[in-house]
Amino acid sequence: MALDKIGIAKRIAQELRNGWYVNLGIGIPTLVANYIPEGIEVEFQSENGVLGMGPFPFEGEEDADLINAGKQTITTLPGASFFDSADSFAMIRGQHVQLTVLGAMEVSQNGDIANWKIPGKMVKGMGGAMDLVASADNIIVAMMHSNKAGESKLLKNCALPLTGVGCVKKVVTELAVLEIIDGAFHLIERAPGVSVEEIVGKTEGLLIVPEFVPEMQL
Amino acid sequence: MNKAVENVAVALDGIKDGVTIMLGGFGLCGIPENSIGELVKKGTKELTCISNNAGVDGFGLGLLLETKQIKKMISSYVGENDEFERQMLSGELEVDLIPQGSLAERCRAGGAGIPAFYTPAGFGTEIAEGKEVRIYNGKPHILEEALTADFAIVKAWKGDTAGNLVYKAAARNFNPLMAMAGKITIAEVEELVPAGSLDPNQIHTPGIFVQRIFQGKAFEKRIEQRTVRKRD
Repeated sequence: MALDKIGIAKRIAQELRNGWYVNLGIGIPTLVANYIPEGIEVEFQSENGVLGMGPFPFEGEEDADLINAGKQTITTLPGASFFDSADSFAMIRGQHVQLTVLGAMEVSQNGDIANWKIPGKMVKGMGGAMDLVASADNIIVAMMHSNKAGESKLLKNCALPLTGVGCVKKVVTELAVLEIIDGAFHLIERAPGVSVEEIVGKTEGLLIVPEFVPEMQL
Repeated sequence: MNKAVENVAVALDGIKDGVTIMLGGFGLCGIPENSIGELVKKGTKELTCISNNAGVDGFGLGLLLETKQIKKMISSYVGENDEFERQMLSGELEVDLIPQGSLAERCRAGGAGIPAFYTPAGFGTEIAEGKEVRIYNGKPHILEEALTADFAIVKAWKGDTAGNLVYKAAARNFNPLMAMAGKITIAEVEELVPAGSLDPNQIHTPGIFVQRIFQGKAFEKRIEQRTVRKRD
């Protein structure tokens, strides 16, 4: 069966390694923080200027001065720090943040990502996405395999305006885990009960399928 | 040096139609809300505003959009504002969207006397169009130019009469960078104290970057997304 959003977040959480600083985008990526594997210590960075983000505050303890990049009220954990936006992106561009997880509208087989603009619709802006994808060594995209019209979001070439080129290394969808290597998607794992045929059928870009594709262990 | 002025009206003296203003804040967090209110009252028009976001309908820079005082916005994300959308789509409002890290660094560079810098952000995208590209460490980078402004209006938690500023939590964001990049920097603080009352070890923005400082009359500090968890 295809995963739900929580399943995608749980699978991505397995990629976390001890001691990493991690930036989570808005949407499914945010959920990853709820499923940190036991024995793993990571610190979450929010690009508006927070390291060591904690859970949402208890009702009545919200602080207007303490928000995340999604403008949500948050708390901090012991060891947290605050800094300005230039320092924040120095952490990102300077590759001090080990993992970035973000959503996307389209990903291409050479790792291009489009996630900020749909021509003809209101443009909201790229926020920090272009800085994040251009700099991070390790970028995981969390998204659904197809869009609402049922079209594949894993493409030969992105049709939408790009956020970054050749930067995505891994994609986790409700159907599969895919790595991007040398201009092709490589099928690494499939969601429990999902067939290789279904993944092949829903992937427009070049997809390399090994002889044996294990199921995700969630 | 005493930079304290008695109120917001005096602090904003000299802001005329057509000037460029940097305004600190991320979303509604750390915005100079007293100064924005005063700009509405003054009716200053044709403003170019450099701010990461554009407020929401009815608060923050949304107030200056409602009164059509802004000619151009330079921001990284403007998604939370219907009036903004209407003016942008109708062509009334000019909009320049910049990646957030580049916006921050462009302000910092402007204040630090660095005219331009190379960054990987935006290479291969439409924001790189017309910009010089150079390869460093095997990776393409684009040239981004520094930003300065006639006025920078920042918001801090505490400040002293010498212009030294301390920010609280995530309300720091763009404020220290814009403070550096304004030809005249105006600091709006929640608490103004005499010089010597703040610990020099704890100052975030040294007073040299601030020309005028005042204590804001009232701070609503509106929350954009109130997210909470239940007690067990």
